[in-house]
Amino acid sequence: MEDKLILGGREFSSRFILGSGKYSMNLIEAAVRDAGAEIITLAVRRANTKEQENILDYIPEGVTLLPNTSGARTAEEAVRIARLAREIGCGDFVKIEIMRDTKYLLPDNNETIKATEILANEGFVVLPYMYPDLYAARDFVNAGAAAVMPLAAPIGSNKGLATKEFIQILVDEIDLPVIVDAGIGRPSQACEAMEMGAAAIMANTALATAGDLPMMASAFRYAVEAGRKAYLSGLGRVLTRGASASDPLTGFLRD
Amino acid sequence: MDNRFFVDGEHLSISSLKKKHKLETDPASRTDHMEYMDGMEQIRSDIMEKVLAGMDSYQYYGYTAKDVKAALEHETCTIEDFKALLSPAAEPFLEQMAQRARLETSKHFGNTVYMFTPLYIANYCENYCVYCGFNCYNNINRMKLNMEQIENEMRIIADSGMEEILILTGESRAQSNIEYIGEACKLARKYFRMTGLEIYPVNVDEYKYLHECGADYVTVFQETYDRDRYSEFHLSGHKRVYPYRFEAQERALMGGMRGVAFSALLGLSDFRKDALASALHVYYLQRKYPHAEMSLSCPRLRPIINNDRIDPLDVHETQLCQIICAYRIFLPFVGITVSSRESESFRNGIVKIAATKVSAGVSTGIGDHESKYNGRESDGNEGDEQFEINDARSLDVMYRDITNEGLQPVLNDYIYM
Repeated sequence: MEDKLILGGREFSSRFILGSGKYSMNLIEAAVRDAGAEIITLAVRRANTKEQENILDYIPEGVTLLPNTSGARTAEEAVRIARLAREIGCGDFVKIEIMRDTKYLLPDNNETIKATEILANEGFVVLPYMYPDLYAARDFVNAGAAAVMPLAAPIGSNKGLATKEFIQILVDEIDLPVIVDAGIGRPSQACEAMEMGAAAIMANTALATAGDLPMMASAFRYAVEAGRKAYLSGLGRVLTRGASASDPLTGFLRD
Repeated sequence: MDNRFFVDGEHLSISSLKKKHKLETDPASRTDHMEYMDGMEQIRSDIMEKVLAGMDSYQYYGYTAKDVKAALEHETCTIEDFKALLSPAAEPFLEQMAQRARLETSKHFGNTVYMFTPLYIANYCENYCVYCGFNCYNNINRMKLNMEQIENEMRIIADSGMEEILILTGESRAQSNIEYIGEACKLARKYFRMTGLEIYPVNVDEYKYLHECGADYVTVFQETYDRDRYSEFHLSGHKRVYPYRFEAQERALMGGMRGVAFSALLGLSDFRKDALASALHVYYLQRKYPHAEMSLSCPRLRPIINNDRIDPLDVHETQLCQIICAYRIFLPFVGITVSSRESESFRNGIVKIAATKVSAGVSTGIGDHESKYNGRESDGNEGDEQFEINDARSLDVMYRDITNEGLQPVLNDYIYM
């Protein structure tokens, strides 16, 4: 059975997505070669640069670019950045990030919903970065999002699945891929999120700050694949929802 | 007060000298530095009150090694922890502080280091700040670039690859008015992705106008937060007014600027109190304007033309490093800029720990980029420098050095909105 991640009608074999926070060419290389990433996030504000440092030139062929709107503080600003991304040749995918707090960089769900609706209507494949709130997630579905991207923990914190219970609710209730973004610090945490039923994992800092980048990238690849297999095999449900007893507990009933 | 900064130039007329000496020796001849002057907007804000209360009550000799260890063990650094990290008791823990600072920097900034260059477009100044090369009694070549000259300078800088520029003027509204600065910002938009300003403090509507012209970041140095020392160093001109300067960043944010930068000029006064106040200024303003980007600079005093007695006193590299590490641990999300006032070796070391922005290809003179960048022979038609720099590396060399340290130089991370 083929197990593909489908976003905006496009199929991906890999469920590891490289985030954009800390960029280097080594990181991109390791993510593609060793982690198997087929989608790479790109901060438009960083890409919008002159010759010396144009990240667009370093994106390997066959990799889908996922430009993000980091730097946007309102829906309007995010929409403008998304349109700019399309103009400079980044394609139709966009990850919406709207932050009105420079200390924790937590996403503003309300503004993000507004931007999602506008951009989805313009034909973008919209992936909103969000705080894992069920009502907001439903609004994203109605606004035309292609997936939802709840945060696991504050960005860059490497704290793992701090919002685990709430992400599980989204996995259970939302009929879109749930891509866990931000806060994943170790392969084991990525694996756990995949066991819970996440459709994919996005990480950056965990790789960027590792001692041996290619080795960590490869560790993430295996972790994501292992978690996915565990989920598909049904194990994930057993682990998170309690084991089923070998003898039925209701076996004493006589009628 | 300590008058080691006072220098009389031979060019001064008898009446100028008389006025200067009176300002220097007779406090009654000076205006009240806590009173706003005509035309200075007063905003409703309690930030200054909070910062000064924190600074005034700071007794740094009261902190012990135990407090420092506790501060380093806490996951979140409180104001009390920060005070301990700034205290003399923390000096033996500098290496541990650096380790922790590096961790925090990597969480928030990864391995990136941003780069920019300053462009001085005028050096006229109406203030008498006794430690500054641009002060109105100092005999230097004064100059103000016209738009054609500014564009020429910008083109040369942009050709070097630089994408972020910081436009500076001396503090003279008469010589460098808002429209003049606004036109310079419009030109900068053509050549750069990001334009910052370091000019005299202005009112909210003027910051709004400058933002519309293309500026996105405002830097204002309070120089010292100690009100008495401030009064002794800033003897005349609009800069004499302490609260108007203090509130500049808040007015800039109210005017729509994306970010603001802060600093004390370390060495002017008690550097531990000044460092505390600078960080508290950021801390409280960030709580009030959580969307704003904030950054701290950490300049030490440098010698100026006609006065080589100006030095950073007891702020040696060790103390500067302690301050920067403490800033990083207390405010992990803020940018920290280390300018070319510091040496190459210090800057190479500090970018690995906590600094996230460095200048390169720096001139603090006026209209001399062509001679400094392209080796064109100087025609003498240049304005003198504000202070002597210590690290003269070009953008290319700095870029290479940062890369060699295993870090990632970044020329632009902004989109103008």
